This record gives sequence, structure tokens and C-alpha cells, in this order.
Amino acid sequence: MIRIQLEPRAEPVRFMRLGAPILALVLTVIVSAPFLLALGLNPISTLRIFFIEPLSSPNGISEWLLKASPLILIALGLTVGFRASVWNIGAEGMYTIGAICAAWLALHFGSAGHVWLLPAMMLFGALGGMAWAAIPAFLKTKANTNEILVSLMLNYVAALILSYLVNGPMQDPDGQNYPQTASFDPTAMFSPLFDGMRLNGSIFITIAAVAATWLFLERSFIGYKLTVSGAAPTAAGYAGFRQSRLIWLSLMVSGASAGLAGMMEAAGPLGQLTPVISPGYGFAAIIVAFVGRLSPIGVVFGGLLLSLLYLGGEAVQMSLNVPASLARSFQGMLLFFLLAADVLILHRVRIVRR
Amino acid sequence: MEHLLVPLLNGTLVAATPLIYAAMGELVAERSGVLNLGVEGMMLIGAVTAFGLSFAGYPAFVAAVAAAGAGAAASLFFAILALSLATNQYAAGLALTILGSGLSGFIGHRFGSNSVPPIARIHLAFLSDLPVIGPVLFAQDPMVYFAWLIAAAVSWFLFRTKAGLVVRIIGEAPGTALAIGYPVLRIRYLTTMFGGAMAGLGGAYLSLAYTPLWVEEMTAGRGWIALALVVFAAWRPGRLVLGAWLFGGVSVLQLFAQGFGVRLPSEALSSLPYLATIVVLVAISRNPRTLRLNAPLSLAQPFVPER
Repeated sequence: MIRIQLEPRAEPVRFMRLGAPILALVLTVIVSAPFLLALGLNPISTLRIFFIEPLSSPNGISEWLLKASPLILIALGLTVGFRASVWNIGAEGMYTIGAICAAWLALHFGSAGHVWLLPAMMLFGALGGMAWAAIPAFLKTKANTNEILVSLMLNYVAALILSYLVNGPMQDPDGQNYPQTASFDPTAMFSPLFDGMRLNGSIFITIAAVAATWLFLERSFIGYKLTVSGAAPTAAGYAGFRQSRLIWLSLMVSGASAGLAGMMEAAGPLGQLTPVISPGYGFAAIIVAFVGRLSPIGVVFGGLLLSLLYLGGEAVQMSLNVPASLARSFQGMLLFFLLAADVLILHRVRIVRR
Repeated sequence: MEHLLVPLLNGTLVAATPLIYAAMGELVAERSGVLNLGVEGMMLIGAVTAFGLSFAGYPAFVAAVAAAGAGAAASLFFAILALSLATNQYAAGLALTILGSGLSGFIGHRFGSNSVPPIARIHLAFLSDLPVIGPVLFAQDPMVYFAWLIAAAVSWFLFRTKAGLVVRIIGEAPGTALAIGYPVLRIRYLTTMFGGAMAGLGGAYLSLAYTPLWVEEMTAGRGWIALALVVFAAWRPGRLVLGAWLFGGVSVLQLFAQGFGVRLPSEALSSLPYLATIVVLVAISRNPRTLRLNAPLSLAQPFVPER
């Protein structure tokens, strides 16, 4: 009988906090090798196409940052909630509603060429995400309802609302009945930063959000309260931190960031709404937040890594005809190994034979 | 009326079946203090395993058993993290759901849009011919009946056997159970694997009987609805079956609504099961005492045995 035994360390190992994500990535790559062999693929060249090739051209770098941007933005919001132990897994729905609200504005005022259109769309996107996040927040604080299940159910509802809208009220009248909205006017879109590449100005929103979240979490009293109430709810209660306020705050911040991310995607690479507007960013952002150690700076690296996983998935799909779900398997494995590696921060793991 | 009633009741029992499997397994795991949010992922792995084997020509029975095995194996990923390594159970369950969704899509990719012959329904000479109750109660496929058997067995096991009592004690007070001498982690491994096996069967029911084909993400949130059902049932098997029938009814109702002349967009009807989940969660959670009295005390709390 083999048994895994945990022995608490006297002090947490600091370098493992940063080393765990790297260890997890290495383990993910090692474990994926037999899978690739089973498919008749050369693991080394496949992994090269997966991880190296996407970044070997200026356009690849542009795509890398373009995909990392919404992941980082959503994960920043989730980080705030996860620190307070508010388990919002409904970012996908908030992203969708944010995109819808922004698109509504774009389709109504797009041709008039107002300067305020893009800022107004940003506002609408964030407000849309917040409104969607208000549902689990309200139910959690007023009826004690589990926010995990409610926010997740709302993902499906949001996807159905989007499907209804692009097949009905918001459908492009000149679109030959395709389930999509009309294309946005250029004034309702972020302009590309470089010619011929899709990376656009919305990346500066994400950069600003990283700084703002850092200030909020590391330098503000409310941010401190959030962290305390997540780590030690009872102590936070004695200190007089109101739990319901922190729940509202967590969900509003993550709703705003996910809604804004949806707006950035709609007014950026998409330029219209279609029935599917996210390749699972809402879920991937959960992994980003964990890989980023629930810290705003770490989330940047987490977002860049997960973005690379998406690009790599697309690359092997195109050149080797490997299904894109390989990337999602990698995401799952990465989170799995990360959680396992995290144990090493506080514990020594012994494998005992009895 | 009968021409509507029979398919309605029939459809309700069929739609409830995958929920009964998945939720009954999770109920046992939660009774022992383990909250596994990976139900959706394990169902998907079960669904793709069952479909693959059925597609390769194996009989449905073999496919279903293998799906249960695959679900149990998948639950080990969660168990190693959440039990042996005592990580956060929420995160470990999410990892399993993401992994299950990715792996099942990856494996199922080659099945394209093929379908398999659905599991045959049982026909009993006399009983199946009774009006209304005949086709509803006595002409289902074997997996529907097996789900009822599982529900009865879980109820008997948890409340009428000593082993079931031990499971419940571990869910309430793992420290005490360990002090008395029960191997807490080993028993939690078993309940978690039972949960995985049942989720696998629930997934198998979807790809073998409910819609006998493979579609990526074909569980469409049923794993999460199963998790909600366990809360709704206040961790009691009998109430869980009633809850599953309620949800089965809601999801079938959408198919009949158009027949009744309801003029709503199809998306509004499709969102009914998800909205109903939220409504029942609110209804059950509003009274905190119900939850506090029934929820296993150690639910979702990592347990490291002291030596």
C-alpha cells in the first residue's frame, strides 16, 4: 500500500509560490508527450509548433497579445473575488452580456460618427457585465444562494440570449439570414496599432486595469479587507468587515472587467456579434487567476501563458489537424498540476510504503 | 389528453435519468464531506467513452460499464488533489471539469456526426400494454430502471447500513471518525469514485439513449444541475429523485410548449432548466436552517489526518 503523506513545513517556501506554475507547465508538457505519441505525432515537433511557432513572427506576437488582453482583464476581476473566496465562475456570461450591450450601442449610433461612441460602449460593456453579476450577488446576499451554481447557470442563459438576439432583433437585415449582426462602423471599433495586424488600442485598457487592480489590492484598505475576509472569515467578522459588501464588491469588479473584455472583443477582432463570441475565455481566466497567484502582476504572466495555449491549439489544429480541444485538455492539466505543485509551498510531500 | 400525457410523462422520466445518476453519485460523495465540482467533466468523459465503444460495435451494456469505469478513473484526478494533497476542493473540481471537457472533445473528435442505435426499450407482454402507466412505467429502457434501483440502494445504504452511517459520520466529523479508527481518506476515495462512476453512467445515458450521438459539450450543464439538485434535495436521496423528475419535467415541457401554442422564442424555452435551477436554489437557500441542518458539516473542507 502506497500512501501520500503531507508534513506541514515550519515556514512556507517562497520560491515555490513562483516556481509552482513553471513546474506545472513542465509537467503538463511531459504528460502530454504520450498522448501525442498515441496520435502518431512527434511530441518534440508538435510541442515546437504549439509553443514556439506562434511567437516566431510579428503577427504572431500581435495575436498573442490580442488574446492575452481579455484573459488578463477578466482574470484581474476574478482575482479580486477569489481573494475574498467569492467563487464567481460566471465570467463567460458577464463577458457575453457586456458584448451585447456594447453592440447595441454600436449598431444604433455607429453611422453617426460620434467621438463619444467608443467610450460609451466601454461604459455599456462594463455596466452590462455588472448587471449580470448583480444577479448572483443579490441572490447570495439576500437569499444565501450559492454563487458558484447561480453564476454558472447564467452562462448558459447569456449564451441563449445572444443566440436569440443574433437570430432575431439584432440580426443583420442585409445579412442573407446569417445568425449575426451587421458589422460595426469603424468609429465603433478600436483601430489597429500596426498596419496589417489585429492588435488594437484596447490593450491599453488592460494595462491600466493591471495598475488599478494592483493599487486596489495591494495599497488600499478595502483590498486588504477583501484578502482578510477570504483568508480568515471569522476574524474579518470580528473586525467588523461586512461580508455582504465584500460579496457585492467582488462580483461588481469581476462583472465590470468581464463585460469590458466582451466589449473589447466585439469592438476589436470580431467587429460584430455572432452566436459564439468567446473561445471559453471566462473559464480560461479562472486558470489565469490561479497561475497568476491571485496577484495582478502574476495574472499578466498567466494571461500570456493561456493565450499561448490558445494560439498553440490553433496552430496544431491547422498544421497537424489535431482537434482544438487539445488546448482545453492542456488548460485542465495545467490547473491540475498547479494545484498539486502548490501543496509544496506549505507541505513536504512524502510517499510512504507500508 | 392521453396522446399528450404519455409522451410528457415518458419524456420526464427519460430526461430525469442522467440527473438521477450524476446527482446520486455526488450525493454520496458530499455525504462523506467531499464536494466535487467536476461532475460535468466526468459526465462528458462517460458520454464519450460509452459512445466510442458503442460506435465500435460493443453492446450497450459493455459501453455503460466502461463509462462508469472511466468516470471513476477521472474522479481519481480530483481525489488525488482534493484528498491526498488536501487542496481547495472547488479549484480541484473545476480543474476536472475543464480537463474532462477538453479530453472528451479530443477523443470524440474522430466520431464526427455519427450516431449509434439507441438502447432498446423493455416490453413486457401485459404490463406495457396498460393505458398510460403501461408505456410510461413499464416500457422504459433498462438504464431508467437501473437509475431507480441505484436511488433505492443509495437510500438504503446511507440510512440502513453501518457502512452508510460511517460515511455520514465522516461527512460530519472526520476528525472524530479518524479517532474512532475509520480510514477517513480511504472511504472518501471510495465515495468520490462512486460519484465518478455514477456521473459516467449519467453521461453514458446521454450518448447511448437520450440523444444517441456524440456532440462536444453534449451534457449542456447537466453536471452542474446535478450539483444544484443535491442542495435542493437537502442531501436526501428520496427528495433528489423528486427533484430530478421536476427538472426532467421542465426540460421536456419546452419540447411540448410549442404544441400547446406557447409563442415564445425557442431560446427562452431552452433557458428554462437553467432558470429553474436558480429558482429552486433560491427557494431552498432562503431558509438557512434547512441547509445548516442537512449539509454535511465538513463539506468541501480539506482534511489532513494528524498522526
